[in-house]
Order: sequence, then C-alpha cells, then structure tokens
Amino acid sequence: MLNKFGKKIAIVTGLSMALLAGAGMVQASEKGSLPRIKWGFQGPFGTYDRAAMQRGYQVYKEVCSSCHGVDHLAFYHLGEKGGPFYDPEHPNPNDNKVVKALAKDWEVTDIDQDSGDEITRPAIPADKFPKPFPNAIAAAASNGGAVPPDLSVIVSAREGGADYVHGILTEYDLEKEAPEGTYFNAAFPGNKIKMPPPLADGAVEYMDGTEATLEQMSRDVTEFLAWAADPKMEVRKKTGFATMIFLFIFSLLLFMTYKQVWKGVEH
Amino acid sequence: MSGHSTYEPKYAAERWIDKRLPIIRFGVDFMHFPSPRNLNYWYAFGAILSLCLIAQIITGVILAMHYTPHVDLAFDSIQRIKRDVPFGWLLQPMHAVGASMFFFAVYVHMFRGLFYGSYKAPRELLWIIGCLIYLAMMATAFLGYTLPWGQMSFWGATVITGFFGAIPIVGESLQYWLLGGYSVGAPTLNRFFSLHYLLPFVIFALVFLHVWAVHHVGQNNPIGVEPKSEEDTLSFHPYYTMKDAFAIAVFLLIFALFVFYLPDALGHSDNYIKANPMVTPEHIVPEWYFLPFYAILRAVPSKLLGIILMFGAIVVLFILPWLDTARVKSMRFRPVTKWFFIIFVIACFVLGWCGAHAPSDIAIPIGENGMTFKTVSRIATLYYFGFFLLILPIMGWIEKTKPVPESITKAVLAGEA
Amino acid sequence: MSDEVIHDGEDEPTRRDFIYIATAATAAVGAGALAWPLINQMSAAADTLAASSVEIDLSKVERGQQIKVLWRGKPIFVRNRTDKEIEMADQVDISELRDPQKDEERFVPMPNGKINRHMLVMIGVCTHFGCIPIGEQGKAHPTSHYGGWYCPCHGSEYDTSGRIRLGPAPRNLDIPPYKYISDSIIKVG
Repeated sequence: MLNKFGKKIAIVTGLSMALLAGAGMVQASEKGSLPRIKWGFQGPFGTYDRAAMQRGYQVYKEVCSSCHGVDHLAFYHLGEKGGPFYDPEHPNPNDNKVVKALAKDWEVTDIDQDSGDEITRPAIPADKFPKPFPNAIAAAASNGGAVPPDLSVIVSAREGGADYVHGILTEYDLEKEAPEGTYFNAAFPGNKIKMPPPLADGAVEYMDGTEATLEQMSRDVTEFLAWAADPKMEVRKKTGFATMIFLFIFSLLLFMTYKQVWKGVEH
Repeated sequence: MSGHSTYEPKYAAERWIDKRLPIIRFGVDFMHFPSPRNLNYWYAFGAILSLCLIAQIITGVILAMHYTPHVDLAFDSIQRIKRDVPFGWLLQPMHAVGASMFFFAVYVHMFRGLFYGSYKAPRELLWIIGCLIYLAMMATAFLGYTLPWGQMSFWGATVITGFFGAIPIVGESLQYWLLGGYSVGAPTLNRFFSLHYLLPFVIFALVFLHVWAVHHVGQNNPIGVEPKSEEDTLSFHPYYTMKDAFAIAVFLLIFALFVFYLPDALGHSDNYIKANPMVTPEHIVPEWYFLPFYAILRAVPSKLLGIILMFGAIVVLFILPWLDTARVKSMRFRPVTKWFFIIFVIACFVLGWCGAHAPSDIAIPIGENGMTFKTVSRIATLYYFGFFLLILPIMGWIEKTKPVPESITKAVLAGEA
Repeated sequence: MSDEVIHDGEDEPTRRDFIYIATAATAAVGAGALAWPLINQMSAAADTLAASSVEIDLSKVERGQQIKVLWRGKPIFVRNRTDKEIEMADQVDISELRDPQKDEERFVPMPNGKINRHMLVMIGVCTHFGCIPIGEQGKAHPTSHYGGWYCPCHGSEYDTSGRIRLGPAPRNLDIPPYKYISDSIIKVG
C-alpha cells in the first residue's frame, strides 16, 4: 500500500520536477551575467519590504518616470493592502492622505468639462499613472530609436526577474567599448544597451534619510517594481499556505475514508 | 458491461420523474456501475480530467466576464483582472495553470491507455473519441494562449496559422480566411476568443460520448481480462468514488502548489510583453504540452513535410487499434513490448526537451561538433513513428506473451492484479 | 461479494461513521471556501471602487452658479444658491409638500457644525424615472413655477431646495452621502 502511494507521489514529483527543469532550461538559454540576490519577497513565505518600496517609488518618480511608464499602475494601488503606502486606519486608498498627496505631485491629462479641450490637472488616487509619451513612436523618437519598456510588468517580463532589473542598473561598465549610442552592460543580453546609466550615487535624496548609493537605489527601485508587477504576491502566498494545509488534511481524511471503504475487500 | 438497471424508485415523486425522464435512474446506475475490482491509481485520471474540464469552464466563463478581446485592450484587461478584479489574482492563474494540469492528466490518461491496451476491441471507438477530445483540447489551448495578446501569443499564432498557408493550392486562401486578413490581427483575436469559448462545450459533448462508450463496453483493467462474473467487479460508488476523490485531492495539492507559489513557472516571460508585430522574440516556443510536436515539426528541413509529420503524429493515434496486432491487451503480459513502450515514453520526453531548444543548439556534446537538437529530434521522431507503424504490428505477431490470468478474481487472489 | 460492510449497532456512531462525517464536513468547508471567490469576483473591482468617490472643491462654484460632477455614473448638482433662492425655499408651506422636508434638513453640516445653506448638493436624477432635470432658476423653462429644476421627460418640477412640487416624481431630489473634509472640499461617496 505504501509502495503504491509512494510510487505515485514519486512519479508525480518527478514529472513536476521534469516540467520545472524543462521550463528552467528554456529560460537558461540567453542570460547575461546576473548577480544573484536573496530578495526578501522570494520563497514561499516572502514579503515585500515596505520601506524599500517607498524609497523605490521615489527613485521611480524622480529618475525613471521621465522615460518609462507604469501603464498598469494607478495611484490607488499604492494605498492598497500590501502596497508601499498602505495605511491600516484608512484601508480605502481614497482616504489615504499620503496617497492623495503623492498623486497630487503628478499631472494627468483630462478633458475640460465645459469646453471639451484637453487640459492637465493634478492626479487623484483614482487616476492611472500618466504615460511619459503619448505613443510608442514618440517614445522611440526621444530615446534613440528604442522604446523604454513599461516598468509595471518588467520583473515578470524578463528572464531573471528582479535579478535582471537590478543587474541592468548595476552592471554598466563604462570602461568597456560600445558603439555610438549604446553602453556596455554585462546584464543586458548582447551587452549593448541603449539606455544611459540612469543611476549614480546621490541621484536621489531619500525622504527617510537612507544613503542613496547606486546599489541602494537599485535594490529599492527593484523592490518597488517587483511589487508593481505582482502586487498580490503576499495575499497569494498566504492563501496558498492555508490552502496547502487544508488540502493536506483533506487528502489524509480522504485516504482514511478510502481505506475504510475498501476494508476487507480483496483487490 | 451495460447490464440492466438496478434502480427501484421508492417514493411517488421518484416514480413520477422516472416514468417521464429516467434521470435519477441514470445517476443511480452510474453510481452502481460494476467496475473491475483491480483498478489502480492510473485509472483515476478519467475522473481527474472531468474535474479539470469543469474547473476550466467555470474559471473561463468567469474570466470572460472581465476580459476584452480587442488588440488594444486584451493585455490590459488581463492585468486588470490580476490587480483589480476581486480574486482575479487567483482566478487567472487557476485557469492558466489549469490548462497545464489538464494536459498533464490527459497524457497520463493516454499513456495508461497505451500500456493496458485500452484501445483494443471493443474499445476502438472509445479510443477514437478520446483522440478527438485530445485534438479539441489542443485547439482550445492554442486559441486560449493567443488571448493574453503577449509576444508569445501573437507569434505563436503567426507560426501556427502559417501552417495552413503551406497547404498546396488552397493554403493561402485558407489562411486568409482563418486570419480575417493578411496577418494575425484584431479580427483574428476576436474570432479566436469566440472559438475558445465554444470548443470546451464541444469537448463536453465528446466527453459525454466517451463516458457513455466506456459504460457500454465496461472499463478495461490492469490485466486486460474482461470481468467474467459479479465477483470480478465492485460498485463504482463508494469504492471508486472514494479512491478517485483521494487521487483528486493529491492532484489538487500539485495544482495548488503551482497556482499559489509558481504561477508563472510553466509559462514564458515573453508573454508579459505586449504583442508587437514589428519585433519577433528570440525563441518562439509553445507551451510545454506542445513541445513534442514542435520538435517533430522542426526535425525535418521541409516546411510541408514537417507539418505533415506533426499532424501525422496525432493521426497515427487514431488508427492505433488497427496497428497493434497483439491479442493480449495489457503490456504486463507482453514483456518485450513493455520495454519498447518505456522507450516510447522516454522518446516523448526527449521530443519535449528538444522542442524547448533551437534546433541548431548542441544537445549532447559528443563527437566532433556535438549532436544538435535537430539530430536528436530526428532519432526520437523516427522512434515515435516506428513504435506505432512497425513495432506494435510486428511485436503483436511475433512476441511470446506471458500467460494471462483466467479472471480478475483469480489474479487478485494470487496477488497479481 | 461485491459489498462487504460490517454493521455495528446502527444506533451508535462508529469509527467508520466518524471518518465519513469528518471527511464530508471538510469537503463542505472546502466547497464553501472555493465558492466564495467564484461568486465575489462579480463585485465591484478596485478601479470601480476608486472611482466610487469624488472630491469637489466648493470654492470653485460662484454664487448663482451650478456645476455638474459625475459620480458613480450619475450627475451631482452643486448649486451655490443666491439669498433669494434660500428665501424662496423658506417661504414654502411644508405641509403642502408631497415629500415634506425642511430646507435645512437637506444639508450636511460643515466642520464647524454650522450649515451652509448656499451650497446645495443633490443627485441630479429625477426621482420619477431617472432623467436629468434642467436647472437654472426661471431660465430653463418658461413655465418653471418654482424657481428650481424642471424634468423634460414627464414634467416634474422641483423648487429652489430641490423638492418635488409638481408632476409625477414621488420624492425630492436625493441628497448623496457626502461630508466636508475641509471647509471648502466635500467628499461624495
């Protein structure tokens, strides 16, 4: 009995491993060199570092947002549970003072209610983050022919995920040669990236006083972008834990039921 | 094994219904269906598959409430589902992972059928309906994968619809008709959504026929000897309902592991990039369950021959009942064929592995330049077709099989079931 | 020999029954836990909820002017009433009203506790069948007797307080849920 059960588990586990290995193999084909970091949000019990996310938001706003959009993010997302500026006393982001204040710092386009003309106004929590360029052609024209990718899904959209994003920011080597209009970056596949190094020590003055080194800012903005790509990660893993426990107990009960039903029956 | 019904309606209301539509009788007979008493856990995958179909339909219908099948809005609508729709973060991965689990289960189910000879008389039609279900599943999965409108969605669709263009004479017109234009675009996406919603219900109907067929001829069993008396069987409920329920719970554990902890592991990161007709991804790869066919496709240099072989790999399944000449059903008693089968399973895995890589990449670093994936694919493809077209017919004639037990009960008592 | 079930005393729950009951109960809990997301997903999504409240800066509305603000798919009328309009509202005999309501009851207090009867905030949807009444005291419709709003669909007429005076509408124009979050800014919803 144990043999059959164990065999089933072994086969199933083996197949799952094979599947994962296969998946991993596809991803292993084209990587630049990436420094591996132990992010706090990895693993079955990972969580996002709230302070790092807040600093990362500041880096995004002050450095990245001039070229990179975060099309799938709205300001109210910042104030949701699990987000960088969540306030347990004001779970509705529309009531969250910090979120409202942060939103006001951005200008969004809107239609004048009387004339129908296009106007800009300060953002409110219900607004999405504004796009830096009206369309892809304008984005490419302003950036040497390359469209700066959307950052709200970048951590999911690249092999290597957070390590990749962090690597891009930290693996520039300006000593190395690169053709006109590109820069050498060890993390970028092909090593020639069109984006000039966006960060340098002290590029941002952190509100919480943390020293803004290149490494610090890279980690912080990566933490923010990891959340931006997967804001529901924490609730997903928490629910997963409860579900696995439940299913494990349920499997046990069903196994005992099966044994009881088949008791004394030759098979 | 379609015996007479054992249902005796007790209450007047039951009798009233039974006289007009014997649906309760149908249900009761289903529960009491005499099943071979020696079925092992490989036989639980039929029930698991039914669960997968229901789960995909339910999550799919729900996702369709929030998804927009337009090229400018599709990708965004799915991000909205994951971020804003209540429990969208759960429903979307359930559907995506569910598709993979569905194929995992169907492959186990098919390998089981191959090993135990469940395609042999009188179960040929049962097997063929199963092949039709498999075809419909593949079409459904392909259509569904285009809907997120990521890079892989778009370029995978471009590749697959390109196949139709390779058909001589009618190919180009057929492709133009399918796409609704000159390339994959907005009309394509919209109609793919409609068909993706439709096909699962076609699958549902085929499953109904499939289950009806198996109830008519009775289930096969690990020793391939048909039940000869009541002694050989057990009532489906509670014996197999509870055994299947346990198997389903374990299956759900694996499903949950992926949904909650590894939702993107079976996918490709490129599909998080919005579809761009101007930029082709470095490696266009289908989902894992299509990789073996992808390998067969790319094993031969000719585009048309590759397509023919790829479809041929599925067509050959349909004629399997007539290819295998053995009188003995279960490979438990066909010791040499059993090993050919094991190698066949390995060949399928090898094909899958090859499908994930570029044909020109080195697979095995032996010899002067190493063996490319293309070469390995060719060997595995040759074996795949050889297994069905040569090995099974020939082994059926020449193999000396082991003695088959007289009955299920005798085998059970001898500890050999 | 298809079913071998050992029967203990039927009146006592046996160990066998306990396992069955425990399993069934667990299954029921699981089914409920699974059903909840399937049902709840149809509730309002986060973007709908974010748009479900709106903040209005009252200082932008001049005396004698009215603005329309979209809220949950409906217009909110914010009217900065003149003293004359307030006077007209007070002169109405409450007992004559179909939906009796004093003018001051239709306002939410400011942070200092006082009521600003100049700033009338209403849902601009006729309480009859949902058309949007036309406003502007006296100017919109020559036969607007009550100085307030007139609904072109079936002829309902509202006074300067938004109360129903003539026509088929059953209720005064509804006041939305709002509160002052500062002296000049209200949050509706």
